[in-house]
Amino acid sequence: MYVRSANIPVLEPAGPIALAEKNVIIATLLLCALVVVPVYSMLLVFSWRYRADNPVAHAEHHPTWDHYNWIAELVWWFIPACIIAVLGVIAWQSSNALDPYKQLRSDTPAITIDVVALDWKWLFIYPEQGIASVNLVEFPVDTPVHLYLTADAPMNSFWVPQLAGQIMVMPGMTTQLNLAASRTGDFNGSSANISGAGFSGMAFTARSVSGAEFQQWVASVQASSTPLTAEVYATIATPSEYNAVTYYAPISSGLFGSVVDKYMIPATGPASTADASSSDAMHMTP
Amino acid sequence: MNWAYFFFGKLSWSVFPQNAIAWGGAIFMILCGIAIVLALTYFGRWRWFWRDWLTSLDPKKIGVMYIAVASVMLVRGGADMLLLRAQQATSVGDSFGIVSPTHFQELFSAHGSIMIFFVAMGIMFGLINLIVPLQIGARDVAFPFLNSMSFWLFCAGALLINCSLLLGDFSTAGWLAYPPLSELAYSPTVGVDYWIWGLQIAGIGSLLSGVNFFTTIVKMRTKGMTWNRLPVFCWSVMGSMFLVVFAFPVLTVTLALLYFDRTLAMHFFTAGGGGNMMMYVNLIWAWGHPEVYILVLPAFGVFSEVVPVFSGKKLAGYTSMVWAIWAIVGLSFLVWLHHFFTMGSGADVNAFFGIMTAVIAVPTGVKIFNWLFTMYRGKIRFTSPMLWFVGFVVLFTLGGVAGVVLAEPPADYQLHNSLFLVAHFHTMIVSGVLFGFFAGYTYWFPKIFGFTLDEKWGIRAFWSWFLGFILAFGPLYLLGFEGATRRLDHYAANLGWQPLFIVAGIGAGLIAVGFAFQVAQLVASVRRRHENRDASGDPWNGRTLEWSTVSPPPSYNFAALPVVHARDQFWAQKQSDMQHTRRFEDFEMPKHSAAGVLIGFFSFVLGFGMVWHIWWMVILGLLSAAITVLIRTFDDDTEIRVSASEIVHHEAGLHRIASATV
Repeated sequence: MYVRSANIPVLEPAGPIALAEKNVIIATLLLCALVVVPVYSMLLVFSWRYRADNPVAHAEHHPTWDHYNWIAELVWWFIPACIIAVLGVIAWQSSNALDPYKQLRSDTPAITIDVVALDWKWLFIYPEQGIASVNLVEFPVDTPVHLYLTADAPMNSFWVPQLAGQIMVMPGMTTQLNLAASRTGDFNGSSANISGAGFSGMAFTARSVSGAEFQQWVASVQASSTPLTAEVYATIATPSEYNAVTYYAPISSGLFGSVVDKYMIPATGPASTADASSSDAMHMTP
Repeated sequence: MNWAYFFFGKLSWSVFPQNAIAWGGAIFMILCGIAIVLALTYFGRWRWFWRDWLTSLDPKKIGVMYIAVASVMLVRGGADMLLLRAQQATSVGDSFGIVSPTHFQELFSAHGSIMIFFVAMGIMFGLINLIVPLQIGARDVAFPFLNSMSFWLFCAGALLINCSLLLGDFSTAGWLAYPPLSELAYSPTVGVDYWIWGLQIAGIGSLLSGVNFFTTIVKMRTKGMTWNRLPVFCWSVMGSMFLVVFAFPVLTVTLALLYFDRTLAMHFFTAGGGGNMMMYVNLIWAWGHPEVYILVLPAFGVFSEVVPVFSGKKLAGYTSMVWAIWAIVGLSFLVWLHHFFTMGSGADVNAFFGIMTAVIAVPTGVKIFNWLFTMYRGKIRFTSPMLWFVGFVVLFTLGGVAGVVLAEPPADYQLHNSLFLVAHFHTMIVSGVLFGFFAGYTYWFPKIFGFTLDEKWGIRAFWSWFLGFILAFGPLYLLGFEGATRRLDHYAANLGWQPLFIVAGIGAGLIAVGFAFQVAQLVASVRRRHENRDASGDPWNGRTLEWSTVSPPPSYNFAALPVVHARDQFWAQKQSDMQHTRRFEDFEMPKHSAAGVLIGFFSFVLGFGMVWHIWWMVILGLLSAAITVLIRTFDDDTEIRVSASEIVHHEAGLHRIASATV
């Protein structure tokens, strides 16, 4: 009963990518059953039939039984190999079909969102709409969403299980994730890679709404927010835990690129903090 | 010159623990140490302890010490586990549980590192030390002193990790310490340095053991022990040691580079200045994936000994079993990328590593089929080693299915770093590695100590572990599908996860009860050792050479080295009435040596200095260790010659042989 009432996001996809990934999981489980069922059956039957206190075991006991010739050996290698061959085909095709970098085909043009993982919150920047938000990402239903992700923090992993599998989010690097929602609703997202003390509080909401609602939301954020300048960004990037949703508009252009680029130059960013504090450590007094 | 920094490095009065649980752990460990010292003093056994154990080069003694240290570390890792489970069962919604997020992160980092490096590796090297020389009909390992040194490096690493309970803190970056979290910018305290040096020192010990046992199996097999007659346990150890030799240097280099980053302001793995954290992730898994097989192959080997003996049959498909081992060895170096499919590699790269991963399921499946065919037409005695085997097949098969699911890259995108993954690798390591080692421990205990373990407690321990495991990890598989990621110290109430976390907590408790039963089993067995004494040396009707000598075996294992004419030599010997004439020969045995203990101690000093930046300690530790090695190297008088007549006289005195055989 508990299982029926619980929310099982991986098995309750709300978008084409998550649905296809769920199908890969189910197909693999079914193919594996072809091995599990005989293994369990043999274990059960052999354990029962050939237990030492069963007269049958004494009658049939054959201490040197090893009906192995090279054909029998090949058969036992061949059967699992066939199943694995099928799984290999699935792996190849599904890896290509569900490559997170591959843009979704749709008549609706895609919306681009830049994602920055911070200590310990998510910043979503909408370059086309000129807005940004923390811990809430909203987008229209049935529309391809193209995410570009980086971190201004340790390594994180971006995960909204009802929409798509994870992609890692790393400082100085940009990864991509393409997804879409096939129905409206709020979907739980989180970071799936340990990134420090406030990591557990990195939950966010992915909200799929109708096209009209999305336009309204964009307009309301544009109207009522603080601008996302370099100074405001620095405040947001300061470590903090369990952050509430906040909105920013307008945004200073090129912010996402500068977050990625600052790790390319040794003179700035946390990389340089490391250099400075390590040389401090050499002279640290007890 | 800052003299305080010169003498004490980063040590200060503020390094003592800030919370009651860490104090409790530290005080418990110190009290245990004091209790051992007092007991040895009270019973006047210091000399015995030093001569017969600490400085012994007898692999049987070293094996027992490995398992003893690993058991203590199992208590430590198990205590961490109970705290983790208690936190996740209670830290929901408005409640933030029993430990702080930082302490929680120290706990899971310590749990993982300790369980892999100091429990699983410790029991594995323990069993290998105990059994491999006996099984190949040898008196010793190839390099007896190196073996002692490996053990003491292992101890030095274990001690250093436990120092973090009392002085400073431990890493919060997880058991593999991915940068940049493990870099100085995000982990400025000594925690990650404890992790680096604890693993570094123990890891070098493991590497040397790998060289030692690989050489032992290649060079020390007795007359007639051809490759085709080598027991499958030895084959699996050989595969495992091959992996150790090729994988552990990667770990050594990776840890060193991380330490350079942290201490010398280098930037191999930082995001800035041309460093690349993805290089670390690749390197650590280039070691980390073979490591999984390093642990599981010897456990497979144990099952390949246990199943035939308790089924009263020869092992089915010997050749297939050996090829399967080497197939696994080869493939295990070609799959490391499956630990980070989500890093954004191209589709073809992911698919290649996914397929290679699934391919490993083929030799593993073949092994399971062959064990089952060994049971077919057998006469199976369901003693506790056999129960561990059945539990292993039930759980490992399911864990394997979970592994094949995770090998499909798109499935992994959804389940990576979720509790499904945590449940998967615990299934492989607990049911595969630990259950295997428990089976081996029960099976070989009478060989080493001369009396059998109490079956009643053994069976109770099995059921507690087995049911506890299902309760503890069944919910975790489900929680993964529910979107629960690993390493969460807190989650929202509306996710509905708490009931499953509570069940998992109960399961963890039951596993702890299972361990308590194993302690009770040991105590009960020692108390009733006279009733359970095994005078035959062969309590299970064994098949391999270790059962052909007396229990416990003398330090020289065999009075006369056995000559092998068949696979399962001892079984064949028992089937034929032919009297084997034994030829006694002179041989040499290593003297005991304190150099191993000293090198271990100096390595600890070196590691401690490295952690706290006390550079004079580093130099002192390194120089002392190097000088000890040099002195030992130039010592020519390291062996005792035992003449054939002495051994015959000695054995006859013990009524093991008729004096007429001289």
